[in-house]
Amino acid sequence: MLPQISREKQLGILRKMLMIRRAEEHVIRFNEDYEGLIRGHFHVYIGQEATGVSVCEALTPEDYVFSTHRNHGHVIAKGGDPGRVLAEIIGRETGYCRGRAGTFHVAAPDLGIIHTSAIVGGCLALAAGAAFASQVQESKAVTVVFFGDGAMEEGVFYEALNMAKLWQLPLIFLMENNYRRVGRSGTIYKTTSELARRTRAGEGPFFVEARTHPWPGNEGAHPKLVAGSTNIDWAWDAAAVPDAVRSWYAEGDPVLIFARELVKDGGVGRDEIQQLDAAVRKEADEAAHFALESPLPDPQDAVKFAYAGRES
Amino acid sequence: MAQEMTIGEALVSALGEAMEQDRRVVLIGGGLVSSGPGQAQFARLRQKYSSRIKSPPIAELGFCGIAAGAAMAGLRPLVDIGTATFSYEAIPQIVNEAAIAYSNSGGQTNVPVTYFMRYGIRGGGGVQHSGSPQPWYWNTPGLQVAMPSSPADAKGLLRAALLRSQNPTIFFAHERLMDERGPVPDGAYEIPFGQAAVKHEGRDVTIIATGVQVPRSLAAAEGLAKEGISAEVVDPRTLEPLDKNTLLASVKKTGRVVVTDESHDNCSVAAGLAAIIADEAFASLRAPIKRVTIPHVPVPFAVSLEDYVTPTAERIAQAARALVR
Repeated sequence: MLPQISREKQLGILRKMLMIRRAEEHVIRFNEDYEGLIRGHFHVYIGQEATGVSVCEALTPEDYVFSTHRNHGHVIAKGGDPGRVLAEIIGRETGYCRGRAGTFHVAAPDLGIIHTSAIVGGCLALAAGAAFASQVQESKAVTVVFFGDGAMEEGVFYEALNMAKLWQLPLIFLMENNYRRVGRSGTIYKTTSELARRTRAGEGPFFVEARTHPWPGNEGAHPKLVAGSTNIDWAWDAAAVPDAVRSWYAEGDPVLIFARELVKDGGVGRDEIQQLDAAVRKEADEAAHFALESPLPDPQDAVKFAYAGRES
Repeated sequence: MAQEMTIGEALVSALGEAMEQDRRVVLIGGGLVSSGPGQAQFARLRQKYSSRIKSPPIAELGFCGIAAGAAMAGLRPLVDIGTATFSYEAIPQIVNEAAIAYSNSGGQTNVPVTYFMRYGIRGGGGVQHSGSPQPWYWNTPGLQVAMPSSPADAKGLLRAALLRSQNPTIFFAHERLMDERGPVPDGAYEIPFGQAAVKHEGRDVTIIATGVQVPRSLAAAEGLAKEGISAEVVDPRTLEPLDKNTLLASVKKTGRVVVTDESHDNCSVAAGLAAIIADEAFASLRAPIKRVTIPHVPVPFAVSLEDYVTPTAERIAQAARALVR
C-alpha cells in the first residue's frame, strides 16, 4: 500500500532507488567485464534500495549518516553523485575520497557522511559520538547509523546503545536486516520522518529494523548479475523474469514493487516509469563512463593524507 | 614566574584553560588525577562544565569511539582512559577508525581527539597494569604520540593537543611521574608538537630518553658527571611528529648514543629511534647505539622481578659508561 506522500516525493524516491540499482549494476559489470578493475571483493546495495533512499529522504543535508561496507547506496541516497561514487569504487582521483577509500569505505563529508567503516559495527560508537557532538553544539542535526544484523553480534553495539540511551543522544540506529521480508519504501520513509522529528526534539535515541530480502546475486564475495540487468517491465510482467530468480523480482525487489504500486495505486503511468528508468540509465551510463575515464591518483601522492596539516 | 605542581595538576590546569578558551573541548572519562589538590581543581571544572564532561560506563571501546566520532563532527574531545592497558579494549576504534579517517576521506575528515593514558611500570601493577603501548601507537600512521616528562611539558603539550591539533593524539604520562612536582610557568603557553628539548647538555654521550626515562637519565647524567663523563639528555617530547634534527645534532656532537624508553625491546621506541640514527648519523658514530628498555617478557609482579626488568637510572648509566670507555 502506498503511504500518503506527494506524487513528486514518491517519484523522487523511485528515481533514487533506480539510480542505485543502475549504478550497482555497473559495479558488477566493472567486475565482470574488466580484468583487475575491481580489486578484491565488494558488496552491492541491490535489494536494499528502499531503506537507504527512504531514510535519507527523511533527513536534511546537515544530518549525519554513518555507513558500512555496503555503502554505495547510502552515499547516492544522501545525494551523492553516482559518477564520483563509481570513481571511488575503482580508486580514481575524482572519487569522493580521491581513491583512498575504495568500494568498502566511501565517505562523503560534504554530504554528512563523515566516515564509513568496513569493520562490522565499526561506526556504531562513532555515530553516537557525532550525535553527542550535535548535543553539545546544541545543533538540530540528527545522526543515522546504518548497520547490518551481523553488527549486533559485536560488543561495541551494546556499548554504543547503552551510552546513546544514557546520554539521550539524537541518534537513530538503522539496522538493515537483509535476511527476510521486504522493506517498503513508503513505510520506511514515514517511519524515519517521524523518528527523525522526534529525535530532533530530543526524544532519541531510536532503533529501527528494516527488513529486506537478500538479492539472489549476492551469493559469495563477488556479486553477479544472475538475471542480467533489471528490466523495469518486470514490475508488471512477472512472467518475463527468468525462472530461477522470478520469486525475488516478483515479490522481493523493492524497486519493482514500488514501481508496480505507483502504477496500480499512485496514478503513475507505465510509460512515465519507463521514461524515468531510461533517464536514470542514461545518467548511470554517463557516471560509469566518467569513472572509467578518470585518472588514477598520482603514485607519489600515496604518502599524503596521513596527517592533517602536513600535506605539503 | 612559575608554580610548583604535579603532572596531574598541570594536566587539569591545561584542560581547564582549554575548556574556557574553546567550547569544542570536552572531556570523556575520569578526572586525570587520582589524588592531591588536582582533585579539587577537577571538581570545580566538573561543576562549571557539566554538559561537556561525561563520565562514561566501563566501556572503553564505546567511549573511545564516541570521542572519535565527536571529533569528526567538530568537537575536540579529551578522553581519560586511565591505565594505558585499558586502551587495548579500544584498539579497533583508535587504530582502525580514528587513525585512518583523515586518510580514508582523502584529507576531508579531521579527528582532533586526544586519548590520555598512564603507562609503564607503576610498582606492583603486574602483567596487566604495567603496559607501555607507545611503540604500537607510534607504529600507527595517523596517530600523533606525545610523551611529556615534566609538569611543564605536560601542560604545554596538552594545551597544544586540545587547542591546535587537527589529528588524533595519544598522550602518555608515566604512572610514577603523575605525582612528581615541578615548576610550571604561569599563564597560557603551548609547546608545539615536534620540538625536542635538550634537558641537560653534555659532550661525551647522548642519552635520548622519553617520558619516565628522562628523570632517570638526568639522574644517570648526574652520576656520570662525578666520574668525569659528560652526558647530554635529549627528550623528543613527541614521537610523532618527531624532531629528528635536535636528536641528530646531539648525536653528531657526541658520537655516542644510548636510547631509552620504558617499553618492551622488540620493535620498540628505542629500536625505532636507533634505526633513524644509524641511518642518518652513521658517519658520526664512534660506538654502537645502545638501547635501554624492558626485556621481552610481560612485566612480573614480585618486586625483585619487577626491579630486574625496569630500565633504571643505573642501567642507563651502565650503558653510557660502556660506550665512553
